[in-house]
Amino acid sequence: MITNGYLFAAYAATWIIHIAYLGTLVRRYSRLKREIEDLKRK
Amino acid sequence: MKRAFPILGILTAILLSYALYLALVGAPTEQTMGDVQRIFYYHVPSAWTAFILFFANFGASVYYLIKRCPKADIVALVSAEVGVVFCTVVLVTGPIWARPVWGIWWTWDMRLTSTLVLWLIYVSYLFLRRFSSSGQTPLLAAALAVLGALCVPFVYFSIWFFRTQHPQPVMGGGGSIDPRMLHVLLINWLAFSCFAFLVCWSRYRLETLQREVDEAHAFRSLTDDPRSNR
Repeated sequence: MITNGYLFAAYAATWIIHIAYLGTLVRRYSRLKREIEDLKRK
Repeated sequence: MKRAFPILGILTAILLSYALYLALVGAPTEQTMGDVQRIFYYHVPSAWTAFILFFANFGASVYYLIKRCPKADIVALVSAEVGVVFCTVVLVTGPIWARPVWGIWWTWDMRLTSTLVLWLIYVSYLFLRRFSSSGQTPLLAAALAVLGALCVPFVYFSIWFFRTQHPQPVMGGGGSIDPRMLHVLLINWLAFSCFAFLVCWSRYRLETLQREVDEAHAFRSLTDDPRSNR
């Protein structure tokens, strides 16, 4: 059984960084989608 | 192509889960460091992936400087951005490993310092692209990327040419590794490379779409009758 706090901290930090970046991509994509809909409406 | 993305996404998720299982359970425990050595299965593949992405950025930048191809400019931007994410992982996981093993979070040794400098160069590259509104931005960024790429081999070979606290390279540097550990390391590298490829693909599509929208805005502002706003 692995109970090393540093190990879990490192793995968690890795995934937090990747998920945070993916979150920014999703946010940028939704903003772009709204812009496209605005352009279509005008 | 649209169908390939979710299929590759699922395969990558399975591969990442398997790689995580191998890193936590499948790999043997290192005798001196114990379980904390398992950080290596995330730290090293992230570093290799970052290096590959910075080389992709270099290749695309050189191609852009020669051909002025907008697609190469997008590839350069995307690879630098995802490369910075992976390099951030390296700079975060490294000190978390160093604290229990060396007794310190950070030391200004050649490998660590050069990696930090490399990260700062590519962050500057992204800042330049984000905040410069000049039409020359892709050109300036490409020139900076070519100079930044020179730092990549320096970071990699720094542990060969300088006396550093950082462990010796896993491959090609005279160090040895248990074949079971090497297998886990390579599976993790493959998983992170697939993940990086998918993220780059999404970011490439996003950037292409963003440029199309910007062009549509520019076209609209040119064609709009100014009298209609009065």
